[in-house]
Amino acid sequence: MIQLVSFYIFASIVIASAAMVIFARNPVHSVLWLIVAFFNAAGLMVLIGAEFIAMLLVIVYVGAVAVLFLFVVMMLDIDFAELRAGFIKNVPLGLLLAIVLVAELVLGIGAYQAGAVKLGTPEAGAASVSATVPNIEAIGALLYSKYVFLFETAGLILLVAMVGAIVLTHRRSHGTRGQNISSQVQRRPEDATRNVNQPSGQGIEL
Amino acid sequence: MTSFFQNLGMSYEAAWFTATIAGILLIALPLMLAVALIIYAERKLWAAFALRRGPNVVGPFGILQSFADGLKVFLQETIIPSASNRGLFLIAPIITFTVALMAWAVIPFADGVVLSNINVGLLYILAISSLGVYGVVIAGWASNSKYPFYSAMRAAAQMISYEVSIGFILICVVLWAGTFNVGGIVEGQRGHIFDFINAYAFNPLLFPIAVMFLISSMAETARAPFDLTEAESELVAGYQTEYSSMAFALFWLGEYANVLLMCALNVILFWGGYLPPVDWAPLYAVPGIIWFFAKILLMFFIFAWVKATVPRYRYDQLMRLGWKVFLPISLFWVFLVSGYLMFTGHFA
Repeated sequence: MIQLVSFYIFASIVIASAAMVIFARNPVHSVLWLIVAFFNAAGLMVLIGAEFIAMLLVIVYVGAVAVLFLFVVMMLDIDFAELRAGFIKNVPLGLLLAIVLVAELVLGIGAYQAGAVKLGTPEAGAASVSATVPNIEAIGALLYSKYVFLFETAGLILLVAMVGAIVLTHRRSHGTRGQNISSQVQRRPEDATRNVNQPSGQGIEL
Repeated sequence: MTSFFQNLGMSYEAAWFTATIAGILLIALPLMLAVALIIYAERKLWAAFALRRGPNVVGPFGILQSFADGLKVFLQETIIPSASNRGLFLIAPIITFTVALMAWAVIPFADGVVLSNINVGLLYILAISSLGVYGVVIAGWASNSKYPFYSAMRAAAQMISYEVSIGFILICVVLWAGTFNVGGIVEGQRGHIFDFINAYAFNPLLFPIAVMFLISSMAETARAPFDLTEAESELVAGYQTEYSSMAFALFWLGEYANVLLMCALNVILFWGGYLPPVDWAPLYAVPGIIWFFAKILLMFFIFAWVKATVPRYRYDQLMRLGWKVFLPISLFWVFLVSGYLMFTGHFA
């Protein structure tokens, strides 16, 4: 009962906010609606017992990716009239994309309904969801045994992407002076100050 | 609590619903009271550090000062700048406030006294605290004003930077405890050192990251010395500049609820949570909730102490500390701790 009610609440909010991503006039509002959609999708994940995936969705997408989206969109100075001017020009492309996506959905769901595709069965290789073993343990046991090379390859690809991003954006600037924290911390009062017994009426020798 | 309401003759669903609502109220209302009193305590502490008297007029020893402030703020007019984005401007403080309360759902106050005992408790806290940045960023953007926007950018960069090393620090603790469940982490500390001391912090391998977590949690809550987001000499009042009345008060309450949460996290991860300091039978006569709050208050004293004494960081120094010092050290520590646990066969 509670699960059913919460499923319909989450699902309807996901769909409504996904629609608002498209219909919102302000791009910042679009990103915020996207965040609402992510968050409620995480709620749906919790309902099917994939609590780890749900938390990852919130941490990675809401906590990191969407913040960067928001950053970029807030910084941009977008001309809304110009944004909408290309609407007629882009309609055929958009329609084509929509038709392809709908066709894929129909084919996929149709194949699943017809029994051609099996999801989540032991024969297909996916681990069955167990109430006694926590999500993280189940995923970890699978990821670090059966898929360990794929996992490490994914890690390497991400590392290469990170190094590439740094190399592309890093510019070594000349003529700037950096701060040497350790030399600052090691500086003692004796190095910087001196006591002078100064007779009155004379200027101080610096 | 569900079974209590079931005994009153409710169906399971109705009992669960009532019990959850009651649990939320039981946490949220005392928390608000605690925030009011903790603000008073902190002002008294700062006053003591600066050899002043602090609030001493409203009520005995000025203890009602926070409530007087609250009443004043409540009676003020809410000013919404005409150039602001009205809806988001009002939603931002609500987000900050709600997010600060949400994470308390998985905090165990005593053995088994927790609203939601979930397997991924620590990840939940991490997820919720990563939401906290939205309140600040939206406030800064919706104000449509220079300084709040600068402040929002600073806040977003700062919180993301320190969340990375906090994540690695949490991994070290999780490796040692063997669970993401918050209650399980506390139980893992029972008799951790020589079967006697109930705290991870006295473990030589974990003590350095306990210190790093304390510093990171100050940066994460944007407290002094890391309060660059509301540096009054540079940014007026930061993202709160355009806020007045209850909207401002919600930011204020949310901020302190977050500080209390970070104190609670420090206590839970490294100082034994609701367990007494040492594993000695007579100490268990004191209820766990009292140990928990005593430890939180001690941790809060450290927060107030730091805020009263340490000067503010410069922004580039803050970023350097986060990315060039804490990130490599915490990453190395994950290797060190997992290597040690592998070598000694902790999980064998």
